Parts: sequence; structure tokens; C-alpha cells
Amino acid sequence: MTDAIRAEGLVKRFKNETALAGVDLTARTGAVLGVLGPNGSGKTTMVRILSTLLLPDEGRATVGGYDVVTEPHQVRRQIGLTGQYASVDEELTGTQNLVLIARLFGFSRPGARARAAELLERFALTEAAGRAARTYSGGMRRRLDLAASLVGRPNLLYLDEPTTGLDPHSRNEMWDVVRGLLDDGVTVLLTTQYLEEADQLADDIVVLDRGKVISQGSPDQLKARAGTQVLQVQPADPGRLTEVITIVEAVSGAEGRSTDTTANAAVTDRAVLPEVVRRLDDQGIALAELTLRKPSLDEVFLALTGHPADDVPGGRDTAPATLERTTH
Amino acid sequence: MNAATTTERPTAPAPESGPNTAVRITPAATVQHGALLTWRSLLKIKRNPEEILGLTFMPIMFAGLFVFVFGNSMSDGGWQSYRDFIIPGIAAQSVIFATVGTGVTLNTDIEKGIFDRFRALPVARSAPLIGAILGDMVRYVLTVAMVLIVGFAIGFRPESGLVGLVAATAVVMLFAFGLCWLSAFMGLLLRTPMAVNIFGSIWMFPLTFASSTFVNPENMPSWMSAFATVNPVTHVVDTMRGLLLGGPVAEPLLWTAGWTLVLTAIFFPLATRAYRKRA
Repeated sequence: MTDAIRAEGLVKRFKNETALAGVDLTARTGAVLGVLGPNGSGKTTMVRILSTLLLPDEGRATVGGYDVVTEPHQVRRQIGLTGQYASVDEELTGTQNLVLIARLFGFSRPGARARAAELLERFALTEAAGRAARTYSGGMRRRLDLAASLVGRPNLLYLDEPTTGLDPHSRNEMWDVVRGLLDDGVTVLLTTQYLEEADQLADDIVVLDRGKVISQGSPDQLKARAGTQVLQVQPADPGRLTEVITIVEAVSGAEGRSTDTTANAAVTDRAVLPEVVRRLDDQGIALAELTLRKPSLDEVFLALTGHPADDVPGGRDTAPATLERTTH
Repeated sequence: MNAATTTERPTAPAPESGPNTAVRITPAATVQHGALLTWRSLLKIKRNPEEILGLTFMPIMFAGLFVFVFGNSMSDGGWQSYRDFIIPGIAAQSVIFATVGTGVTLNTDIEKGIFDRFRALPVARSAPLIGAILGDMVRYVLTVAMVLIVGFAIGFRPESGLVGLVAATAVVMLFAFGLCWLSAFMGLLLRTPMAVNIFGSIWMFPLTFASSTFVNPENMPSWMSAFATVNPVTHVVDTMRGLLLGGPVAEPLLWTAGWTLVLTAIFFPLATRAYRKRA
């Protein structure tokens, strides 16, 4: 079976930055490809190229076997686009938004109304169907956006940061909706800044950094490379931090990092926790804090690239404070 | 018997047609997509209270204020005489100001990603632009109609009747068509809707005031009068006056057409190029 997306050597330069510096990428038909990366890593630029909104400077890409540069119309017939930069019309009602898109897809008038009603029902928007989209909550708007991208029954769906800016409850709702789509056999390309989101939804993950693919594989492979958990130890006496780091490194087998007060190390095996406690106790080091948590995207990036996931100034993505993922 | 051979050609379209299967966009499809996006643009008039206010309140206020505040001082014939002089001017001024909205709306739609949504659909590349411009042309007509209705309400009864009204509307629409490409170009060039609004509006004051809209340019200082004489707005307003109230039409109409051609020739290509680049 052919791959849903094949991209080779995509390069895109803007005035004073290189958004994509040679990206190769393959999305298997019927699978979810997660593209993980911080702000300014080139995720949105890539989606815009793959959805024919932007021409690449170099490289080529096919979607459903069609070239995005030379056969954009055929590509557009295959895809649905949703995300931060492809929005619904806030002045129109939910129904009007969907009917308009259905009509543009060539549905008859009654056909368009039926398709709109069907999608509004599916995304629990029937009650809000007659209201202007501007009155919708963040979660409702994303659902309408998603419904809009499904009007033409796409084979391939681009979800560009579908949950950025949503509260945890709406995010969970959105995840359920996306999982529901997968049952329909749609191929999905999902971009996200959240490791957990990629982990939850994607079959394959590509990690983008500064316009380059720096890692790819299954979520498990990626986590094995980056460590599934982060052990964080803060001694009561900051003067003993060096000893703590030595112990943490010895037990975890990973390189320790430290701030002024705490030692951190990536760990893959939960069993290290009692071992660390035992050794600290042996040394008589009193603790202020001891936690085992999921790594932040920052830490995954550090593990994969050796540098933090920095926010590229002037990047197109501007959502603030999303790199720090809350730990559970 | 084979079912396929006996099945009659369906006369009615299928109740639910699927996504279009055309391999490329035909001119007919472009027209249809443009019409659908014009419909979208017009739906927003009903939904947006600011727009309804802009379309109705502004003409009422302008016509009312200018006629009753300045009327008696401006004309020996009293406010009634000034009313007849100024209603065509107010109509032109309102439409000219309304063209700023074209750029603002384009900019807003692009910034919000609405055009991206349309452009990722299998529709003609130009359809969103066509929809925006045609939708605004309807707004311009509504603006003119509103001013004329207000004028009618305060006693404006042009001699030329309906024919004159239609002809005068057609003239100002012709000019607005040329001018809207300038506004569209600014809307596509500048970053934010706010900037479009400011840079789009500032010229509108000298353009509409330093013209024959409110007073006869002969009464202005010579340098200002010189500007007012070549100002396209003067030609538009003079043509409308000619058509509504009687007076020379051919010469100002020729100037109006010339200005429209010049504006379109410069800004239509610039706007469409900026559109292809940005949207």
C-alpha cells in the first residue's frame, strides 16, 4: 500500500529564518503520525506545505500519491485541515459554516444541510448549531473546526495543534474525538507540543527541532531514548547536592542534571526509586523533595538533542507557556 | 436483464451528492465558488450589529448633520437647496469610506486563518477574493441606497427620477470598484486590521473633503482648488449631480471612468499578486 504522505528534503525559508531545513517524512496509510516539536520548530510550516497552502523552496512531497506543488487540486480533494491557522468563521453559525464548506465541496443544497446536521450531531454541537461560532467555548470551537475539516470525507486529516490552549477537560474530550476518527480509518497527521498527546494518539512520532527531524519512531522507542520518567531529588541541605547527583547518576545510569537546589535524571525503571532512597539514607542525607515524574518536552529535547527546546524568536507559533507540561 | 441497461437516467439530482470529483476547476466552478463565498460575506451583515450600524447610522448621521447644521449657512436658497447639493456628495463619500472596510475584512479573514481553510479546499484559488469583493459591492449599493432613502425622507426629490438615481448609483459603484482594489491591496499588504483601518482611512478625509462634495471648489484657496479640480471624488460627485439634478455629465463621467481605469490598472494586479503571495 502506498504511504499517505511522502516528503523528501523539504526546505522552506522565510525572510530571516529557515523554517524547514530538509525534512523527510512518511505517514503510513491508516496510521496517526505525530509531529512533535516546540514553538518555531517548523511544524506549522510543514502542515502548510503538505496542505498546499505554502510552496516549498526545495524538496518534494506527495499526498495520496499526488504532488503538492504540481497537483494541488487533487491533494485538496484528499485532505481535511484543522488547527490554529485554519479557522471557522466566527460570525457565522455552526450550521452556516458547515453548509458553506459542504457547498464548496459540491454537495447539493439539501445534501449540504444533511451533512452539516450529521457532523454537528456527531460532535455534540446540535444545540449550538444556530448560534454564531464566536459564542462557542474553546472546546466547542475546536470541535466545529474539526467537523469543518471532515465535511468532504477526507482520507487524510491534518490536526495542527488541536489542543493547544485548551483546558485539561476539553483536551481529554478532544482526544476522545480524535480516537473516534481513527476508527473510521482516516490517516492523521497530528502536530503537537505535548509529548503526552503524541504518546496518547500517535502510532509513529517524528520529532522536529529547528526545521529538522531529530528523532523518529514509535512512542515507546522515543521514550526509551528520552527516559520515561524523571527522578527529581532535592536535599534539605543544598550543600550536599553534589553527593546527591553522584548517587542519582550511579543508580539511574543516566547523566544527572541539577539546578541550584535539585538533581534530575531520566530513568526508565521505577525500581530505581527505593534504591536511591536507600543510598541517600545510608549517607544520612535528609530530603526536602523526592519525585518521579513524566519528562517535560524540554527534557525530552535535552535528551535527544543536547540542547533545550528553545522558543525560536519570531517563530510563527506564539502560544505562550505551553512548553512546560504539567506533571500528573 | 442487466439492471444497468434498464435504469433510466436520473432526472433529479441525488439527494446527497458527494465531494466533487472534477479533476480541475472549471470556470463555471469558479463562478459557483465565488457566489458561495459572496453569500458568506453577505450573511455577516445580518449577524454583525456593528455593520448594520455602519450601514444605516453613518449615512443618517452624515446626511442629517450636514444638511441641518450647515444647510442655512452654506446656501442662499436655505437648507433645502444645500440638501439637494450635498446628498449626491454624501452618497459618494459614504461609499468611498466603505471601501476601507474591504481591506480590513480581507486582512481579518487572512489573519484568522479563514482563507487558509477555503484555500485548502478544492475550490478556485481566486474564489475567496471574488467573494470578498462582490460581497462588498453589495454593501456599497446598500450604502448608497441608505443615503438616498435618508435624502428622500428629508425631501430630496431629484428631477431625473428613478433613472437618474440608478445612473448615479452606477457611477459611484464604478468608481468604488476601482478604489476597492486599493483598499484590498492595503489589506493584503499591511499586517493588522488596525493598521489597514488607519492607513486606509487617513486618505479618505482629504480625498472626500478637498473635493466638490461639500462646497464648490471655486471658493477654495487656489492651491486647494487645484487639488479639488483633479481629485477623482470631484468628478464622481459632479457626475452624480449632473445625473440627478441636471448639469454637465459627459466630461466628469469621462474623468471618473479614466480614474477608475487608472486605479484598477494599478491596484488590481498589485492586489491579486499580494493575494497570491499572502493568502
